[in-house]
Amino acid sequence: MAVAAVLVRRPLEQVTVRDAINQGMDEELERDEKVFLLGEEVAQYDGAYKVSRGLWKKYGDKRIIDTPISEMGFAGIAVGAAMAGLRPICEFMTFNFSMQAIDQVINSAAKTYYMSGGLQSVPIVFRGPNGASAGVAAQHSQCFAAWYGHCPGLKVVSPWSSEDAKGLIKSAIRDNNPVVVLENELMYGVPFELPSEAQSKDFLIPIGKAKIERQGTHVTIVAHSRPVGHCLEAATVLSKEGIECEVINLRTIRPMDIETIEASVMKTNHLVTVEGGWPQFGVGAEICARIMEGPAFNFLDAPAVRVTGADVPMPYAKILEDNSVPQVKDIIFAIKKTLNI
Amino acid sequence: MLTAAVSRVLSGVTQKPASRVLVASCKYSNNATLEIKKCDLYRLEEGPPVTTVLTREDGLKYYKMMQTVRRMELKADQLYKQKFIRGFCHLCDGQEACCVGLEAAINPTDHVITSYRAHGLSYTRGLTVQSILAELTGRRGGCAKGKGGSMHMYAKNFYGGNGIVGAQGPLGAGVSLACKYKGNNEVCFTLYGDGAANQGQISEAHNMAALWNLPCIFICENNRYGMGTSVERAAASTDYYKRGSFIPGLRVDGMDILCVREATKFAADYCRSGKGPILMELLTYRYHGHSMSDPGISYRTREEVQSVRSKSDPIMLLKDKMVNNKLASVEELKEIDVEVRKEIDDAAQFAMTDPEPPLEELGHHIYSSNPPFDIRGTNQWIKFQSIS
Repeated sequence: MAVAAVLVRRPLEQVTVRDAINQGMDEELERDEKVFLLGEEVAQYDGAYKVSRGLWKKYGDKRIIDTPISEMGFAGIAVGAAMAGLRPICEFMTFNFSMQAIDQVINSAAKTYYMSGGLQSVPIVFRGPNGASAGVAAQHSQCFAAWYGHCPGLKVVSPWSSEDAKGLIKSAIRDNNPVVVLENELMYGVPFELPSEAQSKDFLIPIGKAKIERQGTHVTIVAHSRPVGHCLEAATVLSKEGIECEVINLRTIRPMDIETIEASVMKTNHLVTVEGGWPQFGVGAEICARIMEGPAFNFLDAPAVRVTGADVPMPYAKILEDNSVPQVKDIIFAIKKTLNI
Repeated sequence: MLTAAVSRVLSGVTQKPASRVLVASCKYSNNATLEIKKCDLYRLEEGPPVTTVLTREDGLKYYKMMQTVRRMELKADQLYKQKFIRGFCHLCDGQEACCVGLEAAINPTDHVITSYRAHGLSYTRGLTVQSILAELTGRRGGCAKGKGGSMHMYAKNFYGGNGIVGAQGPLGAGVSLACKYKGNNEVCFTLYGDGAANQGQISEAHNMAALWNLPCIFICENNRYGMGTSVERAAASTDYYKRGSFIPGLRVDGMDILCVREATKFAADYCRSGKGPILMELLTYRYHGHSMSDPGISYRTREEVQSVRSKSDPIMLLKDKMVNNKLASVEELKEIDVEVRKEIDDAAQFAMTDPEPPLEELGHHIYSSNPPFDIRGTNQWIKFQSIS
């Protein structure tokens, strides 16, 4: 009886994003022995941010591999292994370090299925924390959503909640294409209620589908990753003033679910995009361009507005950093501006 | 002779009443000849000398500098735990002989570049403790005006402070290319760790430096661990001084400041004489974990750390040499400790109370030599002026 009590999970348990990713990887490692994880400190250190905690103990050296600090090298090795039929999860300690390996991600992974005329697939996942953290300064705070989202051949996902994290990492691992999973270090420790379906070992979130986190009628707010939480906070504040925001969690950067955004804009007539990355050529810029090209444009009562990171390398001093990342107040301000309030 | 001694001491490190100075100068030797460990050599016929002369003046200077770096790093540890410092903080306590020994052997006109574990070198290259600590606490009095933080401190002929492992390799080779290009007989010391040694770009830098005969001294600070990964688990060959392949190398006891000094002098002379690049491996150790978020004991034992501290501490080794050879007294060195402590405390006080940079300067320094322009904040209505 005691054993049964342990085996049955409570319906709505609180799981941190970190543990959700851990569970997702664990389940996929168990399900398919071609899946393996490599990266810096992923094995014996349990992961630089403890995301791969316990996996090396469970699966050993063959499946959980500590690499030297050689991003270009081990990313290439991972891509080669994928070409030869394995299903690697290649961790970048942060996506800032993926710049060292980006040729392997783009030229060796993303473009290969196309270049080979459909002969050679690359079932690989590149994952790690992306974007700003807290006080890690210019070289460690860049958001790569726009860079990776730019490239055909790649799929790019950006989870916000634990449910997102678990469902998307599992889908990414099962996908036969190169998938970039942009996690967020500040979200790792945040707990969320995992719905009961998320406890199934086949719980998947489809890549390429956005989720409406909050229904609303006055304005559509689209965000990905940590800013989704800020948008929901802004929506709560504005609700007290009678403004009901529809908050869309993009979940996938590429292929982007523009249809969900369009349907929402056609309902609310107003659009605000929110992202952590720089404004120029960013996710918000792409959303605005596509809205202009589609049916929703004629439904806009005001120009779409973007809330983004400030157009500077991330400064270190707290007051400067706080003003370089989108805050709840910036989102509220942008919403009121577009609603002309 | 007495007057000469007096004037020499008065112009030296400490300021004491004249009578004490006269007594003090009689007690000590001016210098001592000391034996130092022989370096392992690779592709070199001869290496640095196995004896060296340490003057009292130099000894006191090195002692004070190493103690300053040590205390500064320990103060940073404290400030981090008190949350005055945020983000990443990589401390170099244990490795003082490397930065101080390096500086002892080179000219201010030489160039230095290193990794993110840079506070010690930032100090030896001329930044004040105050400006370093204030940068760590993100204040306007910081050496980068609070905009860079721990990993991004720069000074004249010191190119940081680099956050991306290994990136400083090609950068340093590039600095040395500029030295050769300008024909100024300057050289560049390019430091990287045992972890960075496995970066491809380090090999690329080695190749081009050798191919083009660049005046670059590569220095691998081997502290046995790349974050949580020991050298054995990261490298097919842990003879880092041989990993320049076609570049000659030497392996040096990085805990003995005199070893470091002599080896650096040797390497610098080699390079300056136009023979091309050379590689120095410094065997050293860091007491702290990789960074302040790493306790540093999951991949190594407390006993190991303690053992290094008790047998090979660089400050202790220098102190013993000086006291045993009558170059200084224990009391005198204790007085230096007190001075250093005060300097660090004063600097910390400044670092905790100096205001943050003004918000209006958020957009400054995007471009150099540019007329002012506006940069966008978190939305289109927020603008910051950008001034070069």
